[in-house]
Amino acid sequence: MKPVGFQFAQPDTLAEAMQMLRDVSEDTKIMSGGQSLGPMLNLRLARPEKIISIAGLSELREVDEGEGFIEFGTALRHAEFEDGSLPEPISGMMRHVAKGIAYRAVRNRGTIGGSLCHADPAADWITALTALGATVRMVSAQGDTRDVDMTRFIHGAYRTELNSDELLKSVILPRYSSSAVWGYYKTCRKVGEFADAIASWVADPKKRYSRVVFGATAGAPIVSIPLSRQIAVTGIVPSKEVIKAELERLAPDLDRVKKHLLAVALQRCTKQALNHD
Amino acid sequence: MGTGIGARVARKEDARLLSGQAKFVRDLKFPRLLEAAYVRSPLAHGRLKSVTIPEKYKDRVFTASNLSDVLPIRPESTLPGYKASQQYPLVKDKVRFVGECIAICVAPTRAEAEDIAEQVIVDIDPLPPLVNASDAKTRDAPRLHDDWDDNLFLTTAFDGDLEFAEKNATVVIEREYNTARQCMNPMEGKGTLSYWDDKAGQLVVYTSTQVPHLIRTGIAQYLQMDQGQVRVIAPDVGGGFGYKCVLQPEELSVSWVARKLKRPVRWVEDRREHLVAGANTRQHHYKLKAYADDRGKLLGIDAEITVDIGAYSVWPFTACLEAAQAGGNLPGPYALEGYRCKTYSVATNKPGFTPYRGVARPGVCFAMELTIDAIARAVGREPADVRRENLVPGSAMPYTNVTGKFYDSGDYQHSVTEAARAIGLEDFRKRQKEARTQGRFLGLGFGTFTEQSAHGTKVFAAWGLPLVPGYEQAMVKLTPSGSVEVRSGNHSFGQGLETTIAQVASEWLTVDIDKINVLMGDTGMTPYSTGAYASRGMVMAGGAVSKAAEELVKRIKIHASHLLQCDAKDVALKDGKALSGAASVDFADIARAWYLRPDQLDEDVDTAGLEVTQGYKPDIDTGVFTYATHAAIVEVDPETGKVSFEDYYVFEDCGRRVNPLILEGQTYGGAAQGIGTALFEEVLYDPSGQPLTSTLADYILPGPAELPHFRLEHSETPSPYTRHGIKGVGEGAAIAPGGAVLNAINDALEPLGVELNELPATPHKILSAIMDADRPEEVAG
Ligand SMILES: Cc1cc2nc3c(=O)[nH]c(=O)nc-3n(C[C@H](O)[C@H](O)[C@H](O)COP(=O)(O)OP(=O)(O)OC[C@H]3O[C@@H](n4cnc5c(N)ncnc54)[C@H](O)[C@@H]3O)c2cc1C
Repeated sequence: MKPVGFQFAQPDTLAEAMQMLRDVSEDTKIMSGGQSLGPMLNLRLARPEKIISIAGLSELREVDEGEGFIEFGTALRHAEFEDGSLPEPISGMMRHVAKGIAYRAVRNRGTIGGSLCHADPAADWITALTALGATVRMVSAQGDTRDVDMTRFIHGAYRTELNSDELLKSVILPRYSSSAVWGYYKTCRKVGEFADAIASWVADPKKRYSRVVFGATAGAPIVSIPLSRQIAVTGIVPSKEVIKAELERLAPDLDRVKKHLLAVALQRCTKQALNHD
Repeated sequence: MGTGIGARVARKEDARLLSGQAKFVRDLKFPRLLEAAYVRSPLAHGRLKSVTIPEKYKDRVFTASNLSDVLPIRPESTLPGYKASQQYPLVKDKVRFVGECIAICVAPTRAEAEDIAEQVIVDIDPLPPLVNASDAKTRDAPRLHDDWDDNLFLTTAFDGDLEFAEKNATVVIEREYNTARQCMNPMEGKGTLSYWDDKAGQLVVYTSTQVPHLIRTGIAQYLQMDQGQVRVIAPDVGGGFGYKCVLQPEELSVSWVARKLKRPVRWVEDRREHLVAGANTRQHHYKLKAYADDRGKLLGIDAEITVDIGAYSVWPFTACLEAAQAGGNLPGPYALEGYRCKTYSVATNKPGFTPYRGVARPGVCFAMELTIDAIARAVGREPADVRRENLVPGSAMPYTNVTGKFYDSGDYQHSVTEAARAIGLEDFRKRQKEARTQGRFLGLGFGTFTEQSAHGTKVFAAWGLPLVPGYEQAMVKLTPSGSVEVRSGNHSFGQGLETTIAQVASEWLTVDIDKINVLMGDTGMTPYSTGAYASRGMVMAGGAVSKAAEELVKRIKIHASHLLQCDAKDVALKDGKALSGAASVDFADIARAWYLRPDQLDEDVDTAGLEVTQGYKPDIDTGVFTYATHAAIVEVDPETGKVSFEDYYVFEDCGRRVNPLILEGQTYGGAAQGIGTALFEEVLYDPSGQPLTSTLADYILPGPAELPHFRLEHSETPSPYTRHGIKGVGEGAAIAPGGAVLNAINDALEPLGVELNELPATPHKILSAIMDADRPEEVAG
């Protein structure tokens, strides 16, 4: 379990990194925290000729607090969210999610943007940030910037909107009002392992926002518009039967245990959210 | 306080192990060292047609055709009907499991060796795979070994009398039980480094093993060398659990290449190799019929046990050990009159079965303990009571059971009484009822077992093994400076033997263990021992050290009597001094006189010297039996299938406790592994025999957050048959958790109509069972 030989570049600036990205081929990989790429390299599932490390680029570790939004640099680490050293677009949720990712050693290096780009269906940020209505910002080697909504960024398991000459620069989150509520619940075999089922619900009456998302399905996180509406309107936890029927419509291929776990996760996260003050 | 037997002292070896100073195979440095990687079979079953090596790597890659002077590993057994398998260290004609070694590639670094391995092309004609034992057992199943007429390594039958049971039983319980295939996952996997030493004329093999002397014998045998030409050194070893008690094919191929190239060669197993090619243990199937009366008294058991052996028999323990142990130990601690048992050891396309901590007993204990609880439910009684009443009573000791096991001592029933008291049985039943009204599912389960330890010559001979353990030897000496040195051919690989045998020497010699140097693992420097397995280390190596130390004490006293001008029988030892009345001499003085200033000794001095090697065997050969009862309280979340522990209590009796601290560590570690067996660990295969659990993200091991806070208590019933009354204890705690935890889960889920008879009890299985039972109104509470 040793990687194939590769060149390793550590640019000092974003501009330099973009220059490198322009010059190279398909076989180049960006490395952020290395916590997903590392295993892929060791298993030789990733076989890059060159790796460009962006972990140390200060431009990618910035936080921009605008009116109505916060923009987080891609290379901010899970541990930084966990420790509460960053501003929060919604009270406590990002800390809660970060804290539940893997083990501290992984959180010390793993980054929010790396997690999104890796797009493991069972990962936490892709589901949490979908529930939070995030937008991701990408820059291309030519210097073009484009923004896409999280719901369009993840195409499926390990597939994203990114082109090979593009880099994820930041994640932009809308700010929520103080009356916003959130719930995030996952089931795992073991503390620190990837989830078997994830559900999240975020709602902000002031913004007329409500979104239900299921994660750890076989592909991209699944948004349920009917359930989002139902919970917002009724303010009560939906029954398992209702949730399972919706999952039957959205993802009929999931096995019965998975559907059941997703239903339980949604019930528990809505209960959590509704008990929040 | 002294550091002798019974002292609760920290381990000598911890200073180096915990500060990164230990030297494992991976830490060794040699000039011109080559690292090895293997080309492994991508298929479970097939005929190897060709191996194509790129021209530029011809001298870097070796296959079976190069190793033509190496004999295939072919462990024989004297058991009637046993069929031997032949395993070439590199596949010669047929691949028989995914991950089997086909070619060895060497390069200055492991990464480069893997680069080469990727470029070697193997052409295999696929054959239908035998993925499970029940299919492989059928008449028309394809053959794994071409010269066999079926896929059975061995079938055994124990034909007891069930007539009384059949006639008088009012309750008959029929069940099938399954245990999963597992990997042992020592922190350090296998690892071997070999080089040819021209001066010594020896192949020197550093290898991560529990049994260095056996490996020396094995390497010499299969590489067709004289044992004098082989020196095996086990350096620091990061856990064994049985995984490293057998000859590894890699030890042969690495050694062959090292000898051929006259360069040091090393291979270190990585976790993926372990999880694929090391998936070699625990998988049993039981068909069991139990007869009982209306009080739940067991009258008889009729069992059929199938062990999924995998492709090959391991050397020296063979493919038969597991089933032989299973058939012999199924009745366990119970006083059972009627017993019939058939066992099948079935060849399948998986890595060859290797004995793992507890050997067979985690399986039989699981089957037996679930059966006891099923009987208790059937007769409507408290499982603890039914269990207790069925156990061999203390008053019957020593007791020979239905399979001829000689239980040397102990009070098994007392262990259940204690466990029930400590876990708060009566109070629990009240709490359980209350919790159910709140939609919470609590359950209590017990697991009781005996751990045959240090079983010796006769037992192993009866299992038909090619190599049988006998006398254990040890050397104890006084060094020229008066400190003590202990040499043992057994090995310490995390279980603390390095400290505990020093404690035995300390007991006799009155010297603190800090001043006792222990040398182990090097066949060039230690007396012969078959090594550490079968919970024999403490009993056997401890006994041998004790005997040698006793003799050394005699000699020290004689020498001291010269220096003290008194009679040897008037000399006493204390704190590393020899005393006679008010006069005393240090061991240093005694040693100096013998080694450096013999002129100070009388002419008629005893010339046997101050280095003593002795051989030891307990008074009985049949093993001494540790026993325990585990009790677990769990809560099952019926919505997520998650099991959490409220309490876990162990009552254990392992005879004289040499070091209570180390003993507790052994019990915690074993129980943790047992909980892995109970709830988490499972090697899965797809229908073509491809393993699906090849990383630790798929093969789940319990971590600290998944484990209960274990509570332990001990009683001490010394064995009448061993030195110091010691019994073995290394394996025990891994035996009971499967039974105790599943009983607890079944107790919790009874209102839902759920009974799980399969390990591990994963959330997926629990949820599926709840869904199948379909009592949603009960889940809602
Ligand atoms: C033992 C273990 C347990 C884990 N458990 C969990 C868990 O419970 N939940 C969870 O969510 N995650 C878990 N993870 C994954 C972890 O969160 C990783 O940190 C994360 O998935 C990847 O982030 P990274 O910064 O390490 O990215 P890297 O590993 O560096 O990169 C991942 C991928 O993204 C690409 N990439 C990275 N940054 C960019 C960028 N800016 N632009 C374009 N492409 C980019 C890389 O090329 C690579 O393909 C676990 C990991 C481990 C090792």
